[in-house]
Amino acid sequence: MSDAVLEFRDVHRTHGTGPAAVHALRGVTLRVRPGELVAVMGPSGSGKSTLLNLAGGLDLPDGGEALVDGVALDSLSHRRLAAVRRRTAGYVFQDFNLLPSLTAAENVALPLELDGTGVRAARRAAFAALGDLGLGELAGRFPDQMSGGQQQRVAIARALVGDRRLVLADEPTGALDSETGETVLRVLRDRVDAGAAGLLVTHEARHAGWADRVIFLRDGRVVDTSGPLAAAEDLLEHHS
Amino acid sequence: MSIRHGLLALLERGPMHGYQLRAAFETSVGGTWSLNIGQVYTTLSRLERDELVAALPENEGQRPYAITDGGRAELNRWFATPLERSDRPRDELAIKLALAMTTPGVDVAAVVQGQRTAGMRALQEYTRLKTRTGPDDLSWALVLESMIFQCEAEIRWLDHCETALLRRRPAPAPASATAPAPDREEAHR
Repeated sequence: MSDAVLEFRDVHRTHGTGPAAVHALRGVTLRVRPGELVAVMGPSGSGKSTLLNLAGGLDLPDGGEALVDGVALDSLSHRRLAAVRRRTAGYVFQDFNLLPSLTAAENVALPLELDGTGVRAARRAAFAALGDLGLGELAGRFPDQMSGGQQQRVAIARALVGDRRLVLADEPTGALDSETGETVLRVLRDRVDAGAAGLLVTHEARHAGWADRVIFLRDGRVVDTSGPLAAAEDLLEHHS
Repeated sequence: MSIRHGLLALLERGPMHGYQLRAAFETSVGGTWSLNIGQVYTTLSRLERDELVAALPENEGQRPYAITDGGRAELNRWFATPLERSDRPRDELAIKLALAMTTPGVDVAAVVQGQRTAGMRALQEYTRLKTRTGPDDLSWALVLESMIFQCEAEIRWLDHCETALLRRRPAPAPASATAPAPDREEAHR
């Protein structure tokens, strides 16, 4: 199944050692393909954040494999892992984390510029990313000239600028009101429909409703999954 | 809600015959509640008996009905009165779970998880329908939203049940199986 952008094979992750060890993930298997939005739900401490960090190469598994584009992240050198983080995966956090002194277009262009793309090409890609999300009119605005919902949509554009195809979102609707939060989810959904692979961590069922599949984590295990049955079959792996 | 009030609300727009009422009803609730024509005519004849609607002369084989002043007063009273929780049907799911808890040999966690998956699937489906509603479909979108919020509430409640069930389970490490807790393995598929 090499068509998956993100794949977990029996992934384990333990924080700490000895009696204080916390088994954050205990054998999670999942795949996220292009055009697919997968939501992860679960109570605090269920392993949601660990899962997202592993997906983005911010952390590595103790057991099993986390693969992006078919390549196991723990097999990569630091430099190549950093390249995956910069070029393949994009993050959307609860706080939008836009730099206040840069315009929307400059914020979106920044990751490309940091990655060595020329300013002009980066700016062009940023305008394209904003345009794709219907945010072209915000390009010249500074964060304090935008509403929370607009900032978060710009943050999604930043997460997907260039050829990054994996968007990792951690409670992306944060403190936004429900109507504004929905426009953010709509943008995320549109981007995924256009070919990106998305992983959305949320504790709100209403937001998870936007996903093609919903995984319920509890104590580091997938206890439940909701989505098309055929897809659920290869997703549901339960290692006790 | 009763079909009576639904029909009165539709007739407030103007006189309609049975088939028009059925179509208008389904348009406003977006097909979440479909009526058969028999229900419509039975309800209309009761409304006529109670003088809340009046039959108009037949037109091309169809008899239109119009709301009366009494019907309008009843409709206003209905809109002005909040629904009481006790007016709604009993929550079958809560009753089912309560029975599952007290019936020997039932894997309650599996019941909870199965229900939550079904709720989540419904929620995904409603969300998908909502993304297809246009700006002119606000009433249908709001009906969908209501179902989405109900699913969300149910899923949250089921999460709460799952946590409560896990807390009640005796600690797994020391095998002091003196507590007469029912078998409740974590469900897996």
